[in-house]
Amino acid sequence: MLLVLAVLVLVALAANLMVGRTFYPPGDVVSVILGQDVAGASFTVGRLRLPRAVLALLVGLCFGLGGVTFQTMLRNPLASPDIIGISLGASAAAAFAIVTLQVDGPVVSALAITSGLGVAMLIYLLSFRDGVAGARLILVGIAVALMLESVISYLLEQAAAWDFQEATRWLAGSLNSAHWGDVVPTLVALVVLGPVLLASGRHLDLLQLGDDTASALGVRVERTRVVAIVAAVGLVAFATAAAGPIAFVAFLSGPIAARLIGPGVSLLVPSALVGALLVLVADLAGQNAFDHRYPVGVVTGVLGAPYLIYLIVRSNRTGGSL
Amino acid sequence: MTALVAAAAASVTIGSRDVDWSDVVAALGGSSETLAEAAVTKRIPRTLLAVVVGGSLAVAGAVMQGVTRNPLADPGILGVNMGASLAVLVGIAWFGLTAPSTHIWVGIAGAGISAVFVYAVGSLGRSGATPLKLALAGTATSAAFASFITAVVLPRGDISDRFQSWRVGGVGGASFDTIVLAAPFFVAGLLVCLACARGLNSLALGDDVAAGLGERVAITRGAAAFGAVVLCGAATAIAGPISFVGLVVPHLFRMLTGVDHRWLLPLCALGGASLLTAADVVGRVVARPSEIDVGIITALIGAPFFIHVVRRQKLRAL
Amino acid sequence: MTRDHVLNVEGLTLGYGERTVIDRLDLLVPPGRVSAIVGANACGKSTLLRSMSRLLRPRTGQVLLDGEQVHRLPAKELARTLGLLPQAPTAPEGITVSDLVGRGRNPHQRLLSRWSAEDDAAVAAALEATDTVGLADRPVDELSGGQRQRVWIAMALAQQTDVLLLDEPTTYLDVSHQVEVLDLLTDLNRTRGTTIVMVLHDLNLAARYADHLVALADGRLHAAGEPHAVLTEENVRAVFGLDCSVITDPVSGRPLMLPIGRHHVAAPAH
Repeated sequence: MLLVLAVLVLVALAANLMVGRTFYPPGDVVSVILGQDVAGASFTVGRLRLPRAVLALLVGLCFGLGGVTFQTMLRNPLASPDIIGISLGASAAAAFAIVTLQVDGPVVSALAITSGLGVAMLIYLLSFRDGVAGARLILVGIAVALMLESVISYLLEQAAAWDFQEATRWLAGSLNSAHWGDVVPTLVALVVLGPVLLASGRHLDLLQLGDDTASALGVRVERTRVVAIVAAVGLVAFATAAAGPIAFVAFLSGPIAARLIGPGVSLLVPSALVGALLVLVADLAGQNAFDHRYPVGVVTGVLGAPYLIYLIVRSNRTGGSL
Repeated sequence: MTALVAAAAASVTIGSRDVDWSDVVAALGGSSETLAEAAVTKRIPRTLLAVVVGGSLAVAGAVMQGVTRNPLADPGILGVNMGASLAVLVGIAWFGLTAPSTHIWVGIAGAGISAVFVYAVGSLGRSGATPLKLALAGTATSAAFASFITAVVLPRGDISDRFQSWRVGGVGGASFDTIVLAAPFFVAGLLVCLACARGLNSLALGDDVAAGLGERVAITRGAAAFGAVVLCGAATAIAGPISFVGLVVPHLFRMLTGVDHRWLLPLCALGGASLLTAADVVGRVVARPSEIDVGIITALIGAPFFIHVVRRQKLRAL
Repeated sequence: MTRDHVLNVEGLTLGYGERTVIDRLDLLVPPGRVSAIVGANACGKSTLLRSMSRLLRPRTGQVLLDGEQVHRLPAKELARTLGLLPQAPTAPEGITVSDLVGRGRNPHQRLLSRWSAEDDAAVAAALEATDTVGLADRPVDELSGGQRQRVWIAMALAQQTDVLLLDEPTTYLDVSHQVEVLDLLTDLNRTRGTTIVMVLHDLNLAARYADHLVALADGRLHAAGEPHAVLTEENVRAVFGLDCSVITDPVSGRPLMLPIGRHHVAAPAH
């Protein structure tokens, strides 16, 4: 199954490179990637589609991995970083950087990442009372998210030059301005933080049995949690800085992977792949399937919303995880 | 009561431009000749709207907390705001609604549907509607509605302006017309809620005890919830989404004066009115010469309070 | 003295969804006495009590109070005659004792009526009877388990009903508080003639405090009558699947059940 997923991701990546206003056959695409000059394709594929598709792949991996880490750790499929305010922390900082400071590029990324981590730390500290309980952390996160939302809407109100349409597009998550400058930091984050998470995967699975049981089984609960939070927040914040908070990807990847793979296996790698697949397919659809070009976040948002509601209903009915 | 009068007075006098009391009196007399008097005539409906909306949201919050026996129930957290927003947007985009009078009906309908939906989703399962499940269901539903809103607004430049002006309207866009239009809803909602006060006292003891006390649990709960939804739906429809008033005010008064709904609800009406009016004044003052929307101020005050409530709860109760 | 009311159950079948919990049960609650319903876990004791207080609609059969179906009586009218205290009720955060007890007056109040002197007297009497006058202004959260249970009983007393149903009034209480609560209910029965029906877990306490025992097994009535007739070695084996020896309690003269397990048996039981 893992192999199938990986193949699907590659197929989606290839499709994103070939399909567009003009279709380029696989041969042209390969030539461009190998550095040869192909008329027309060199610009469209090499300059526009390639960074865009690679960025889609990377942010998808980041969101999928970061999201499932939170869900596993907090034993709740709804406790992903986009719901408990961490993605919003990064968004608020990015909005502040763009609207108020009128900067772009690396400064935006740096601010978004710092703020994402800061918000995560704030949530963690605020919910700390004789250790951090998952339920309290989620609720505190929701409150922080509501506060950040109002900060963002204030920032956007203040921005006279900043068109509402444009702002909505950015806040939904979009790959429109993707370039190699976004790709590099995201790649670095994934290479550094991904292995950290994979290494603590088994401890995270044990945390699902409950803090007391996990600690009886020899897991250092608070330490595992802090490491996992920092790494997962890092991934999500880097990805958000590059592409905006693409709606629901962090949230959806884990549950979808769980359905595909079945119980008893670590979900970290599968859900990273699912995340990548989601972003690639959603961007392909958003660019080509409708009259209007939708940013990727709107597609994932609209597709994800019903699934989200279905998931709440189902997980509540079985009673297990909530 | 005193607090409300003080806040209202401040709201009329203080603003982006300070005015003298003499001007206020003159304006109340109907004059609008000087600039200051004109400012006051604009501020009076605004203050009135803040009073009505604040009171309604606080009462709606107190009732929702009573009905769901859930300390975190709040119109904003239950996704009612987003539900009303989405309904109004759909009305504007596909049914060509333009008149504010229809916004109210549509907003109340949207608020009601989303409140029922969130509560139904949040209370499925064996343990019933725990605060955690309810808050998550509300947030998730809000997020879902938000993406639908984005999807509808993005390709339609023509409606985005109209929708945006409604959404961030706050209480600043108040006129006597909108207040008069919404007044019947506020009055009806408030009366229903007050009539349910004693029933809510019984419900607070648990369904079985309430039934043992001769309360028709389903009817009381349905009526009270209906009153609350009408109140917060109407408030959202004319003032845009404002969260946390319904959370902060009832909790504050419960600590100060106890948990008897017959006292709690009227006090919440006064307290919510004072809070929103004061928040509106603060919003006008801190960012002079521009203004901060009142919904943003209440979120900044309310979120820390929410966290405080969460921290105080016993974990078992979450 | 209160008026005796006749509460009886005829051909009652109860269930949740597919599952039948109580199957064609007939039962007469002796007026003016203390009855205890006993039985193994999940035998339908609480379900029966819930239905007797109108909380659960019967599938077939009926619950009759003075010959009238309780499910047809107006809610408040029934609540002036018959009170219910569910198992482990929860009080809202921060409520004071007197406020909680005062809420027992709900069935005696109309939509716009004011709090009356009669209400005051009922609350005062309820606090007095349960020895909770000194706690009146304390928040319920701060009380001990025994105090809290006394306060809930006070609430039920303020309701001034002639029949009182209680679901496991002694759960979560230590042994001295259990005795305290049951003594209080006995006082109530003796001084006011209140008919009391309670579900009890502890067979020996039930046999000591009840005048009338009702033993349920698998949703059917296994035995009913005075404790000596119901608490026998044969009945315990049939209802609980437990071997035991029943002796006379030297303190009360009521029957006392001593379980026989697989270990620590000094002399051969049979």
